[in-house]
Order: sequence, then C-alpha cells, then structure tokens
Amino acid sequence: MSFDASYNEKELNAVGTRPVRPDGVDKVTGRARYGADYNMPGQLVARVLRSPHAHARILRIDTSQAEALKGVKAVVTAADLPDLTDGDASLFAILDNCMARTKALYDGHAVAAVAAIDVHVARKALKLIEVDYEVLPHVVDVDLAMAPDAPVLDETIITKGVTPAPDAPSNVFAHSEFGHGDVAAGFAKADEIVERTFKTEQTHQGYIEPHACVASCNSDGSAEMWVCTQGPFVYRQVCADLLGLEVSKLKVTSSEIGGGFGGKTHVWAEPVALALSRKAGRPVKLVMSRNEVFRASGPTSATSIDVKIGATKDGTITAAEATLRYTSGPYPDTWAETGAMTAFACYDLENVKTVGIEVLVNRPKVAAYRAPSAPMAAFAVESAIDSLAHKIGIDAVDFRIKNAAREGTRSSYGPVYGPIGIGPTLEAAKAHAHMSAPLGKNQGRGMACGFWFNFGGQTCTDLNISADGTVTLSVGTVDVGGSRASLSMIAAEELGIAYEDVKAGVADTASLGYNDMTDGSRGTFSSSMATISAARNAIAVMKQRAALMWDIPVEDIEWKDGQAHAVGASHDNLAPLSVKDIAAKAGNTGGPIAGHSELVADGAGVSFGTHICDVEVDPETGATRVIRYTVIQDAGKAVHPAYVEGQYQGGAAQGIGWALNEEYIYGEDGRLQNAGFLDYRIPVCSDLPMIDTQILEIPNPNHPYGVRGVGETSIVPPLAAVANAVSDAVGVRMTHVPISPPRILAALKAQR
Amino acid sequence: MRYERPETLEDAVGLLSATPERSHILAGGTDLLVRMKNDDFDADLVVDIKRIAGMGEIARTDAGFVIGAAVPCAKLAEDAALVAAWPGVVEAANLIGSTQIQSRCTMTGNLCNAGPAADSVPALVAVDARVKIVGPEGNRIIPARDVPVGPGQTSLAPGEIVAAIVLPEPAPQTGSAYLRFIPRTEMDIAVVGTAVVLTRDADGTVASARVALGAVGPRVIVPDDAAQMLVGTTLDDDTLARFEAACSDAATPIDDKRGTVAFRKEVAGVLARRAAKIAYDRAGETQ
Repeated sequence: MSFDASYNEKELNAVGTRPVRPDGVDKVTGRARYGADYNMPGQLVARVLRSPHAHARILRIDTSQAEALKGVKAVVTAADLPDLTDGDASLFAILDNCMARTKALYDGHAVAAVAAIDVHVARKALKLIEVDYEVLPHVVDVDLAMAPDAPVLDETIITKGVTPAPDAPSNVFAHSEFGHGDVAAGFAKADEIVERTFKTEQTHQGYIEPHACVASCNSDGSAEMWVCTQGPFVYRQVCADLLGLEVSKLKVTSSEIGGGFGGKTHVWAEPVALALSRKAGRPVKLVMSRNEVFRASGPTSATSIDVKIGATKDGTITAAEATLRYTSGPYPDTWAETGAMTAFACYDLENVKTVGIEVLVNRPKVAAYRAPSAPMAAFAVESAIDSLAHKIGIDAVDFRIKNAAREGTRSSYGPVYGPIGIGPTLEAAKAHAHMSAPLGKNQGRGMACGFWFNFGGQTCTDLNISADGTVTLSVGTVDVGGSRASLSMIAAEELGIAYEDVKAGVADTASLGYNDMTDGSRGTFSSSMATISAARNAIAVMKQRAALMWDIPVEDIEWKDGQAHAVGASHDNLAPLSVKDIAAKAGNTGGPIAGHSELVADGAGVSFGTHICDVEVDPETGATRVIRYTVIQDAGKAVHPAYVEGQYQGGAAQGIGWALNEEYIYGEDGRLQNAGFLDYRIPVCSDLPMIDTQILEIPNPNHPYGVRGVGETSIVPPLAAVANAVSDAVGVRMTHVPISPPRILAALKAQR
Repeated sequence: MRYERPETLEDAVGLLSATPERSHILAGGTDLLVRMKNDDFDADLVVDIKRIAGMGEIARTDAGFVIGAAVPCAKLAEDAALVAAWPGVVEAANLIGSTQIQSRCTMTGNLCNAGPAADSVPALVAVDARVKIVGPEGNRIIPARDVPVGPGQTSLAPGEIVAAIVLPEPAPQTGSAYLRFIPRTEMDIAVVGTAVVLTRDADGTVASARVALGAVGPRVIVPDDAAQMLVGTTLDDDTLARFEAACSDAATPIDDKRGTVAFRKEVAGVLARRAAKIAYDRAGETQ
C-alpha cells in the first residue's frame, strides 16, 4: 500500500503529551532484563585474553594447556573464525577487531577466548594460554602517526583521494574534500582572519551497561543470541556473515539497553561468543568487564583540526576552511570525512573548503558516538567563530545570525537546505534570559551551534489488534530513549484510542522484517512513520470489517475519533463502531485484524541546536564548574516532550564531560592508563546544573507530523560552548579538549 | 579461596600467620571487593574482621580516640566529640567514594591499602595518629605515618593486623582541616590532598603547626620547614605566600593520568594555604 509521508498540519491529541513510559516500572523495580540478565540451561562462561601490547606480531598461540584444564569446554583463536569476508575490507576489519589474526593492533585487542563451566575456571584457563609476541613500535597520537618516521600499522595502505597517489605506505588512509566557491579569493576580501589549530582527545560513550550476550549455536546450523545492542538485525547480518550462518537461522533478541550512544551499533565480542558456542556445543554467556569496555570497544576519534575563517568588518564571513585529522583506530574508516561534512553546516558560506584526513593509530577501532565526528569539528569551528566575532567587535550571537544557513542555502557538504532551524535557535538564544543574566567574578559565558544530518532508513512495524480492542505494536528499532512510549502515542493518535490501550515492544529478528538499527536519531522518526502507516492499514481493514458487520459498502464508512462511522443519508441510524466493537467480532468477519508497514523512511530532516553555557573557574586550581546551561534545539515536532528534553539534557551532559575531563590517556608503552570510571571522568550528578531546555518545532516536511530526530545534535555544541565560556572566564583561548584543570593552569601560566 | 570470620584478634592473627601469602583482611571491602573482580586476582584466604569485638567501635580513653579497624567512615561523622576534636580527619574520611562507600569503607583500610592518594592518610599524619598492631610476635604501636612505605606496600609483617587507629586528644585551641583537589565534585580520587593541624596561643599566634601533603609523592610528605613558617604568626599574607611556596617546593609528584608535576606542585601550595586558614579559624572557635 502506498504511503504519503508528507507533513500535514492538523490538531494532535496524544502527540505532545507526557505520559508515563511503559518500560519504567520494570526498570525502577529491577525487573528489566539487560544483556547479562539472561541465562540458558547448560550455559558456559566466556572470558577473553587480550593483548597487553599496543602493536605486536603474534608469533605463536599455544592453547593446549588451557584446553586440557578440567571444566574448559572450548578455546578459540582467529583460527576458529576463518576469513569469509570475500574481499570486503570493512567486514574484514570487524573480523580482525573481534579476534586479532596476525598482529595485535592495540592494548586490549582480543587474541583468544575460552568458554568454561564457571568464571574461576575460565580465568585460570586464560593464564594457561601462551602467546609469543614480537613487540613492534607503536603510535597513538594523531599528529605523530602522520609524521614521516611513524611506525606504519598497515603496509598495504596507500593514501586514497590525493593526486598523484603517494608511492609509499603510511598511516593516512584517505583524504576527502567538500565545499564550493574560491576560498583564496574569499580570504582576500576579508578584513579579519582567524587561523588556529585545535585538538580533541579520544572519549568513550560511557554507557553504564557493558557489552553482554548469550550465544547458542545448535548442531543443525541454527543459532540464537540474546544481546545488548542498538540493532539486532544488523548484529544478525554481521554475525551470520562472519560465522557463515544462514541469516534466517540466526535469531537475535535485543535486551533492554543500559545506554548505547552509537557504541552498540558495532559488534565486539558477539561473534566470539558464537564461535565459542559452536565449538563447545553449549550456550555461552560473554559479559565484558568495564576495563574491557574501555580498552576494546567504542571510542571516538582523537582529532587535530586547523581552522581558518575570514570576515569583513560588517560581520560577513567571506571564506572558511578547515583541515580535519581524525584517528580511526587501527583500521581504515571515514570519520574525518563525516567531520569535514558537518564542520561548517550551520553557515551560509560563499567560499568554503574542508579536507578530512583519516589516520590509523594503535588505539581501539573507532565507533559511532552520538552525532559521530561532529562535536570535534564544531569545537574547532565554533571556537574560531567566537574568536573572529571578538576580533571584529561584533556580538557572537549576532555574528552567527548574520551568517546562519537558511532555507535554500547550499550547505558546505553539498545539498540545498529545506526549512531548517539554525536561524530560529539563534534568535531564541538571543532572546533567552540566560543570555543577559549577570556574571560574577571568575565567571564566563560561551555559546555555540551544532548540526547533525539525521537518518531514516529501512523500517518495518506490525500493529496487531487484540480481541478486546487493545493494540500490540511490534517495532524493530531498539528503544534507547523512550521510543516505546512515543510510538504508542503515535499509534493511539492514528487509531483514535487511549495511550494505555497500546503496548509497544521491540521484536526479535525472527518476528519482524529487517530494520536498520537505532542510530542517526532515527528510532522515533522512522518507526513512527512506519507506525502511522501500519495504523492506517489497520484502519482500512477495520473499515472493511465494519462494512461487513453493517452490510453496507466500505465507501460509505469514515474513520473518526477511533470509530467507524457510516456516512450518508441511508445509514443515519447506525451507531458508530469502536475498535473494541470491531475487534470483538473479528473471528466472524475474516479473522485477526492487523496493520503492517515496510518502508524506507526518507527525508529525515537535518537538525540544528544552539547552546549557552556559564562557567566559574578557580584561577588558582583551574577547577571549572558549569553553573548554568541552556539547550535550544529544533525537534520538528516533539512527540513526547519530556523525552525530547531528556535527549537535549543527556547530550549536553555528555558533551560537558568531554569538554572538561573525559579523555583516553596512554602511557609511553601505548597502554591505556585509565580504563575505568575512576580515572575516566564522566560527570556525576553534582557536577552539572539543571540543564535548561527550549524545544523549537519547525515541522519536517517529510514526516506526517513534522517529526525530526532529536537524539544526537545535543552533543555537538557543548565542547565549543564550554570552551568559549572558559576562554571568556580566564581570558585565554582554550584550544585543547578536554579543558582539564592542568591545561587551564598551564594556559594561565603561559599568558603571565 | 577460604573465607573466615574469626571472633578474636588472636584467631585472626593465627589464620593469617598460617597463610602468609595470598591472604587478605576484609573490613569494609571497598578496595578488596573491587580487586577481586579482576581476572588476575588470586587469593587463598580472606579474613573478615568485622565480627571481632571492638573492631566496629570508637572508644574515648586516656590515650585519646581509639577507632576500631572496622569502623566505617560514615560512623566517624556521627561521633560529635570526634568531630569537635578533629574535624580535619572526619572531613577527609568522608570525602572517600560515595555515601554508600562511606558507610562501608574504613580509615584503617585506607591506611593499609597504602595508596599515595588516600584521603584520610594525610589527615591522620597531620594529627600524628598512632596505630595499634597485633601480630604473631606480639603487639606494637607505631605512628600511622609509618604504615605505608610505598605505593601498595606497608610495614606490616606477615600475620599482623592493624586493630585500631588512635587519635590523641587535641590541645586547647587546636584546629584541623583537610582539602583535596579533584576535577569533579565528588566520587573521585585526590590529585592533591593537604592536611593542616595548628594550635593557637592565647594571643592568636600559631603555637605549633603540622602539615601533611598527599598524592604528591609515593608516601605522605610532612614539610616541617613549611609548617614552622606559620609558628609565631597570625597567618598574614606574606607568611601564607611563603608557606604556599614552601609546600609547592616540598611536593615531589609525578606526571600521571591524574595530573602533571607542575599542576600538582602548584595546587599543593594553594590548597595547603587554604587549609591552613581553615584550621586557624577552627582553632579560634574551640576552647
């Protein structure tokens, strides 16, 4: 059935309210089942042996003693995960990252794994595995990795995207370039130019729940896996590809999820758990420790970014240029390319050029983290914009308003924008009381803007109407931020029934068609589109059933306020039929009533936000406190405003942590020094003020209710907003994130 | 691994003496339980001392405040006499971890864990606390300062247990204070910790002072030269500036994941100065 997804302004009843979430009781009473809360009969415990070296050739692995230990049921190495990737480089990188094949490429890289009857035996077995390493020189810093004398991680890599192609291998996988106009001519017209280099350190998503799964391979070639993931269908595909399973014979069920933020869109140890189960012939539970989570899963890129922006005295930007160097871990990837696309996306620029440079280093394979790659680019650009505003003596908000992108602007990464929210968020910031509140001693204020693309993708939803008229909604996007509530609201809105009569759940891969994962802020955007479509399909069925019940033509039936109405003079005396009435008779009118939807949710509207931050800095210690913080962002249409606010606050909190304290710290030996929450400092509650939010609603023309994704944009501006605030408070431009107390004191000292 | 819960110190010493290697004492367990989760942790014996009489008590004797080895830090804050006598010790002990951790963790554990960044240790050293040790060769009393000998290393012999920490009765007009630097607001570990104890004369000048610096060396540093600068003064600005510089100079930190040498030296001086002022003010409030 064709589905028209275009925006149609109408009064909404359920959408825009703030009901209690359906998963809340289970979560607060401890009944919700997360990755580690599932068990199977005969289940074994897995532990993974990891490289202590940042870069080493694996000369020999002897597992015989471990295999001989009583209680050990399987030991696997790369030999048990044969290469089935058939030349697919990105799939090979996933395979090699799950289990090192010829070289350990970072501290924490898996080299072997055991499955045993309990954790004590498994630990003992790890110590009995002998690995001979040839330790190789390593490099972890983005700039040092590009130096001519840097140890090269992969001798087959010749930089792509440069002409002529280099003749020697290096750690630079690729260059990518975006922009339009003539930047040299633009800079020639500028009255003032700011040119500066910025650095950001590597951060982790910091989800509280570690990666966990239970894998079970059967002798008939079927398998199942319970796992904490943002995308069961994607995990199923990747695991099936890596293990040579038939996709439909692997059933993946997603657990409740204790945070993902992009880090659970990639597989880590799940293929290893399946390989262990296949070899042992028993189910295997694998739960990563916090140390393993930090050392071997999901960090962002570390970056080094050059920015140059020029403007005339009246505040018009004449040219903007950036070179963005991003680490990708030890495998090729495209994180710098994404940074290069987003860097100047907030602005309407005549001349703009960005170059992204992908750099391999001996650190864990980089994973998506909430608007991946955008926060670092925004930090550099928004810091430079701030400096330039000061230099030409124009208010920082007015400067941004003057140059903001608008409908019809050709974006720096190519496409021409439709209706967008950057201008309105800036105007709202200018008018916000926060902007004019007085500041005290040692306090400073900063603001910054941010952009994210958002994504739609493949989506599939089933809506089943029960005999009592209540509704079961099965969605294929994992609920990471309250989407079961928002999707229930959407179903209630379309059907015209009460929110409480809809029960939404996340389906396993055997129960629903393929869905892309919950990433790109797509969960509510895409699944709500599919839910609207499924509900409309169910309404069409119910109209047919009502026609049968009344014995009138279906054309004479109209659906309104959750009821079938017979329209036309001849049917005036027919009382409307509710969903309950129709459902009760379903057995006699053609069987179960359902609405299904399979679609590609195109047209995810781009998203913009503006943040304002006040800090107080102790000039004697560099201690920084965020004392006030405001997020203003366009939601298109806020389905459940409380959860939209939660997304705004959560992104800001993570961004503040990144700005002030979070970083991967490596020793001279290339080993991670702070693989735990004690020394990898995410903010605690008392570190943050109540984060104020303001939701703007500029409808997305490509969604029936105008919805845009809201999950990611909120982490884009904070690095720059905090940096601009600290720079304002201490009077020195801070160019290295995190802006930790030692960096602040060092900057103050350098100025004295 | 064996878990034992003896009811006397003699039994505990006997158990530990019989298993001198790979044995651990459990009180609050806030360090030990975390270590036990590591893949490389091995132990043959854990001796829980919480059932031993007196371990969970604070007693006021002629020697001063005798704090049993299993007294959780939160309990220190509930003892009004102790808070009045040594606020610097109580505030240091109650900066450790979270509220939940404070209701389990002990000062003796903090001392015997021998972490250079332990919060309560500089405070104990500044008040010149003693510890009561029982062991297979008999009992002894030594300064708290002499328990940790290096990161993770103590002077305790195999089979020995710290049974109690003893804080002396403060002299009249004595004040104490502890300040630490952490990048967050709580649930963190000291990048620098500074404890100051000082006693005023009737005219308001400082009669005696003792300073201890934590997290800026492998052991707590006691910069007596710096402390002496305060004696005979009322903490005028010049004195405090010289004191601050002397404390910075006395610090011998390393560059690590928690801070740089330059940062730690500078902040050691800043916090020592601030702690001295608090201790001085507190000394003026006591009788």
